[in-house]
Amino acid sequence: MSLLTVDKLSARHGLLQAVRDVSFGAAEGEILALVGANGAGKTTLLRTIAGSHRAAGGSVSFDGADLGSMRAHRRVRLGIALVPEGRRLFGGMTVEENLAVAGANGRRGRWTLETVLDAFPMLKPLRKRRGGELSGGQQQAAAIGRALMTNPRVLLLDEVSLGLSPVAVSAVYESLQAVIAEGRTTIVLVEQDLSRVMRIATRVACMLEGRIVLEGKAADLTREAVTEAYFGLRRGEGGVHA
Amino acid sequence: MMFVDQILAGIFLGAYYALIACGLSFLFGVMRIINLAHGSIAIVSAYLVFSLSDHFGISPFFGLLLALPVMAAAGFVLQRTVLERSLRSGPLTPLLSTFGLAVVLDNSMFQRFGADTRSLANGIGDLSYSGWTAPGGIQVGQLAVLTLVVAVALLGGLQLLLNYTPLGRAIRACAEDPDTAELVGIDARNVYAAATAIALVTVAIAGTFLGMRATFDPYTGPTQLIFAFEAVVIGGAGSLWGTLFGGIVLGVAQNLGSQVSPQGFLIGGHLVFLVVLAARFALAGRDWRSVVRFRKRAAA
Repeated sequence: MSLLTVDKLSARHGLLQAVRDVSFGAAEGEILALVGANGAGKTTLLRTIAGSHRAAGGSVSFDGADLGSMRAHRRVRLGIALVPEGRRLFGGMTVEENLAVAGANGRRGRWTLETVLDAFPMLKPLRKRRGGELSGGQQQAAAIGRALMTNPRVLLLDEVSLGLSPVAVSAVYESLQAVIAEGRTTIVLVEQDLSRVMRIATRVACMLEGRIVLEGKAADLTREAVTEAYFGLRRGEGGVHA
Repeated sequence: MMFVDQILAGIFLGAYYALIACGLSFLFGVMRIINLAHGSIAIVSAYLVFSLSDHFGISPFFGLLLALPVMAAAGFVLQRTVLERSLRSGPLTPLLSTFGLAVVLDNSMFQRFGADTRSLANGIGDLSYSGWTAPGGIQVGQLAVLTLVVAVALLGGLQLLLNYTPLGRAIRACAEDPDTAELVGIDARNVYAAATAIALVTVAIAGTFLGMRATFDPYTGPTQLIFAFEAVVIGGAGSLWGTLFGGIVLGVAQNLGSQVSPQGFLIGGHLVFLVVLAARFALAGRDWRSVVRFRKRAAA
């Protein structure tokens, strides 16, 4: 049974329909990767699931309950956390404060300041540094750590590697392995690096112009098939389910 | 020695300005709202304390203790009914709505209390005029010292709240990025309401101290707003300790100005304000936003 169910979800930016009738489900512990070109609607989809963008139609259900127009902070308390594109750490607050503010307002669970710092050792010496003073990779680690502090059951990760050096990306994903290895947190990951996606995801969905045009188990999909869907070469076939 | 006397008096007067300005600065730092009803709300609280003190025969200090929760509740309601709705319509709407609120408050007070001036000085015994004589014959008023102590304690308390409490961290998070604050589980609406409640508590304290050190009438509010605004701009909007600095600079300038001519009190303060304003324009390439030193967080 799906922990997170998205049913015919639509979202707009003014007149532009960024997400069109998107449906998918994600079971507990599953890692669903969303891929697609810029402007495909991935970020808007994640923001709509997280409650920071208003849905124009359709529904998002969590653990069987329709979330309706529930605000973002209440979704966090249910167990849905988003690591937004661009990290958006609180730049004037220290790493520890960034983590603490999330810990104080999220769910209780295994993720605490100590366990997060253990999972992201690069943050340990930076506890007292302000968010705005960190490098991109450090900020991404802190942003993921901050989301984990709310003890999510569904973790939405938007463009983890965007703007980061390959070394920083590897370091962040290495730390993310602790969450993946735990196996209980459902992860919906937006990522441009197809090779990495095919390695870590259990399922892959490819978006094009607001729609999911290809979806299937990562093991059943070829890199070529995903690339074709990515560039719209399979357009017109509708949703393709491998 | 008179010069030192005037400087000291200016510092103590500045402490009062810091007291009345800190709520204005706090609200701007958290919500980017310039509350034009700030001065009028201070006078409302002065009347509230006056009424409690007069009706029950209690000390204004005890009256202030009773008024604080009332003002905090009023802050919560103000945020939910006026500020939140205004903010949805853009950054200029709160200016209009709080200006309208000031007009309503001023005229409501006039209708209720008339044009007579009031004071809380009668309720505090000899505190309003007692003082100490320091070496060199310098006079230091007890109420002035108390105002300074309360101002420093209030600003320090706010700083501690912002730095070391979950509510304070939530306020700082919302001040920086309310959308992201929601994404870490913070109810930004409630945090804004709490911040407005805190701002009105500080206004209540300022209004009471105004009532103890001077007289007030229903139309005193706008003048107090101007002084508070000048102190905030001089010290840097959103900066708590900057507000104390700005208040003291304003107070000293006014007191020194009053030594030049009777009108120099106001002119001195306005001149310093304009000089700081001009300096900000000059130093920041005429970027108008730097005039109020748009801070990214209230705790700066």
